[in-house]
Amino acid sequence: MSTFLLSRRRFLAAAGATVSSLPLAGCDALDGFVGGGSRVRDFLASANSLTYRAQRLLVPAERLAPEFAESEIRQGQRPNGSTDPGDATYLALKQDGFAGYRLRVSGLVERPLHLTLAELRNMPSRTQITRHDCVEGWSCIAKWSGVALTRVLDEARVKPEARYVVFHCFDSMPLGLGGSVAYYESIDMLDARHPQTILAYGLNGAALPVANGAPLRVRVERQLGYKMAKYIKAIEVVADLAPFGRGRGGYWEDLGYDWYAGI
Amino acid sequence: MVTAEHDSESTASDAQQSLVISRHRLTTRLTHWGWAGALFFLFLSGLQIFNAHPALYVGQQSGFAFDISILSIGPVRERSGEVRGLTTVLGLSVDTTGVLGVSGPEQERAYRAFPAWLTLPSYQDLATGRVVHFFFAWMFAVVYSIWLVASAINGHLRRDILPALADIRALPATFIAHLQFRFEHHGRYNSLQKLSYGIVLLVFFPLMIATGLTMSPGMDAGWPWLVQLFGGRQSARTIHFVMMLLLVGFFTVHIAMVFAAGPINEMRSMITGRYRIRRSMDRGGRT
Repeated sequence: MSTFLLSRRRFLAAAGATVSSLPLAGCDALDGFVGGGSRVRDFLASANSLTYRAQRLLVPAERLAPEFAESEIRQGQRPNGSTDPGDATYLALKQDGFAGYRLRVSGLVERPLHLTLAELRNMPSRTQITRHDCVEGWSCIAKWSGVALTRVLDEARVKPEARYVVFHCFDSMPLGLGGSVAYYESIDMLDARHPQTILAYGLNGAALPVANGAPLRVRVERQLGYKMAKYIKAIEVVADLAPFGRGRGGYWEDLGYDWYAGI
Repeated sequence: MVTAEHDSESTASDAQQSLVISRHRLTTRLTHWGWAGALFFLFLSGLQIFNAHPALYVGQQSGFAFDISILSIGPVRERSGEVRGLTTVLGLSVDTTGVLGVSGPEQERAYRAFPAWLTLPSYQDLATGRVVHFFFAWMFAVVYSIWLVASAINGHLRRDILPALADIRALPATFIAHLQFRFEHHGRYNSLQKLSYGIVLLVFFPLMIATGLTMSPGMDAGWPWLVQLFGGRQSARTIHFVMMLLLVGFFTVHIAMVFAAGPINEMRSMITGRYRIRRSMDRGGRT
């Protein structure tokens, strides 16, 4: 049996190597066209703004993402990306249970805010059981509790020229050779004002664990997971995304992912 | 409408037996190559996207704390330390080292579901895979819509794609003729062609677009019936993958039939529209 396995393995390897050597040149040849920074890639990526406009046209602004029953929570929320930030500021806050945490709300607002976790918890809360869709392709259903972002924005009184909300995070992510940069994300005002867009401090009936973004993360239920920044340090209301990072609106966007992740 | 002319290349005696007809309309030819090109890029970039999470499930969510897996592809380290590529379909595991799970040259094995020569880009790059996939998904949807509207208006759909009663009656005979490698060359689609083109164009293509849309969290909010129809986002992802396999199967047979039926004549008819038929047979018309 083992000899058969071995010979089959050898056969498969040989077959694979033979087959792979044939079209290899063809596929490699296309890499240059779609690789980072190429004009062809930029052109292809423009389809994302078409998707963004089409979905804004087809999906009513207040339309909710599907919500689920308690019975459909069958597992813990799968953590992804940063799961245990090692940044000094974060570690200090974590040590005393985020008692010293203040959410800064600034930018194009009449009244900048500094909110403690207790203050956020005392605001009207919303609990929703939703499906988290990761850009990698998997999904996970969980119950999220938090305060609607729109309430916090109302509290801060957003100026009319505001177009985006930027989330600045505690966690550092790798960038370039050996470098690192703080995670950040952004959404438009329509998603920021959506009833299911909450600043979540609770997961599945307990306090939000560190692996899932404690003390505060955002839920943007009609987009993919990478839009839902974890470990939020500050919220900035802006009219232009160019000043942040490489100007594409988020950490993953700066690395080539689409800004609109409703698809 | 039938437009036939004597083939200028043939001699006077040949002209008795064969003539060249105008077989495929311009819209049929343009849309054929439009989605052929789009599907090529959708296939390669789709496998790149699949590689980011090489597992398929049933229902709304993926099973991490419970098993609801349909298919998974990945490297598995044996007790001996050797790493093998394992493909598991409905609980049945097959060693696919060299192609699926583990591939590339012996010295520098790559641990990835689909090998470099089947993905675009060849290296792991989910962001670019998505950029390519969604561009060509738009192109595919637009080309398909043009074909659907044009074919409904010009009668292509009713005359050549939807099987008539006579086609269903002719099906067994045509099937046997194909098994014997006897092919008709009268310029019209035979019953097997109508059936396979009908299934691909009116079932596979719309299902591909619909299951693709179901994976979009934005569209699940906009059109919640989509996700209900397919029984969950992960089910839609599984159906999307199975449709891909079926389309690859169709493509293989399609190319084999082009070669069996005469590749030059067949290719010419899909490029210039001109197709040579035997005169003794039914003259046929545009298809």
